[in-house]
Amino acid sequence: MGVVKGDQMILNIGPQHPSTHGVLRLEVMTDGEIVSEIRPHLGYLHRCFEKHSENVTYEQVIPFTDRCDYLAAMNSNFGYVVAMEELMEIKVPERVDYIRIIMGELNRIASHLLALGVYGLDIGAFTPFLYMLRDRERILDMFEYTCGARLLYNYMWVGGVSHDLPKDFEKICIGFLDYFEPQIEEYNNLLTYNKIFVERTADVGVIPADVAVSYGVTGPNLRGSGVKWDVRKDEPYSIYDRFEFDVPVGDGHFGTLGDCFDRYWVRMLEIKESVKILRQALKDIPGGDVHQMLPKKIRPPKGSVYRRTESPRGDLGYYIMSDGTPTPYRVKMRSPAFTALSVLDEVSRGWMISDVIAILGSLDIVLGEIDR
Amino acid sequence: MTSAEIKAAIDSQYPGTIVEREDLADHQVELKGDQWLDMATFLKNDPNLSFDQLECLTGVDTGEDGPLETRYNLHSMEHRHKIEVVISHDRENPKVASIEQLWRIGDWFERETYDMYGIVYEGHRDMRRILCPDDWEGWPLRKDYEGQESYHGIVVPKMKEEDGWE
Repeated sequence: MGVVKGDQMILNIGPQHPSTHGVLRLEVMTDGEIVSEIRPHLGYLHRCFEKHSENVTYEQVIPFTDRCDYLAAMNSNFGYVVAMEELMEIKVPERVDYIRIIMGELNRIASHLLALGVYGLDIGAFTPFLYMLRDRERILDMFEYTCGARLLYNYMWVGGVSHDLPKDFEKICIGFLDYFEPQIEEYNNLLTYNKIFVERTADVGVIPADVAVSYGVTGPNLRGSGVKWDVRKDEPYSIYDRFEFDVPVGDGHFGTLGDCFDRYWVRMLEIKESVKILRQALKDIPGGDVHQMLPKKIRPPKGSVYRRTESPRGDLGYYIMSDGTPTPYRVKMRSPAFTALSVLDEVSRGWMISDVIAILGSLDIVLGEIDR
Repeated sequence: MTSAEIKAAIDSQYPGTIVEREDLADHQVELKGDQWLDMATFLKNDPNLSFDQLECLTGVDTGEDGPLETRYNLHSMEHRHKIEVVISHDRENPKVASIEQLWRIGDWFERETYDMYGIVYEGHRDMRRILCPDDWEGWPLRKDYEGQESYHGIVVPKMKEEDGWE
């Protein structure tokens, strides 16, 4: 059979397009309706996070980290303070560790719920989105109850957290988990086992494991390709080594290993694991103070640290360099969404334009974090 | 492998390439830049090292008249060990071989560092700015950077130490 060449066309998706999940422009080279190359154009949301960080004190960097990954701001805070504490070699009170893990896992659930819901929306399933946002709202209510903010928290500080847990928080959180766990089955019935959804995602956009590692793809996207790698297990930080949970990996559930469905499915399974961690943490949380005694101006010793943590999108790394003054010499954020987006060109070649939307959605990118 | 063993492995394969530096920690090693592509290939493909993951690539400006640096955080998924490689560049003419074809994420990481520091990665197939606009002037994260006054008729605000934002 000969090769039929269609018309060459360049199609711009974005910068203002709902399925680019932010302000991203994709320059798609097509051959007929088959994609031959994608050039992502980034930087529309560049807010000079790294340059700003060099002009403020160490604590003042934390609100900036909120605004990078605004869908999982707790985890952004978490990564930064863990890196700072490693640089300064301090240990925080046990209660602080527990509170941070509770907040981090709650935010992971909230972020995954939005990722899964919006993914359904990209593919054309509107209803599951509403169900998932309804439950995400309850998590945001709990955050508001704890620290007064719904999206951008500035909650975790170096050496502690800004507020202790409010009255009856444990009871409210367990009440939420009891309500939430049965909902997961509802999402599955609504979206996961939907034949149209499976047809659109299974076998589409396969990322082989070695390609994923080479492109620095991490988090659920890497685990969707069958690589059992989770920073919480493999390079434990805070007190994650105390909790029992599994690391779900893709298994080619409805198609090929590493396809869009696997990435979706890993996120769904991860929500269950987060619930497991939350139940253990809420049971064991000790009392005590939530502030480490630190001088007002933090001056870490000279040196540098690179620490990565598991954010909902993957390995979130901070490279922090100190010269002994109260302002950071260099802060670099290694963003998981940035690396995930870089693989888009490679996996999308040969697929239809509508599949590109499915692939992009399955990578779960946040443009605030890509552009910083 | 521990950091010391990894350094010994590099030293036995490429003698004399490790630069002695006292301000670096144990997990960091400074290498000379002229054979970097060969060394990176060795680091990635040697079965005892097999650094298959480039975790992070950071540019650093060491200040005033000091050199620029690129720092590579390498990690091996197989052996679960890591090393941080530091390479210094001449400030006036910063360049080093690109590792973009070894670790594919190096493509975007190097573009970002080029964008912010002006370090040229030789052999990179698509050396363009990535976060700033293509016609932006200067290298924003260098310590001696001075922003342009206006950009396509838009006044670029400047921060002054005494008065705060203009």
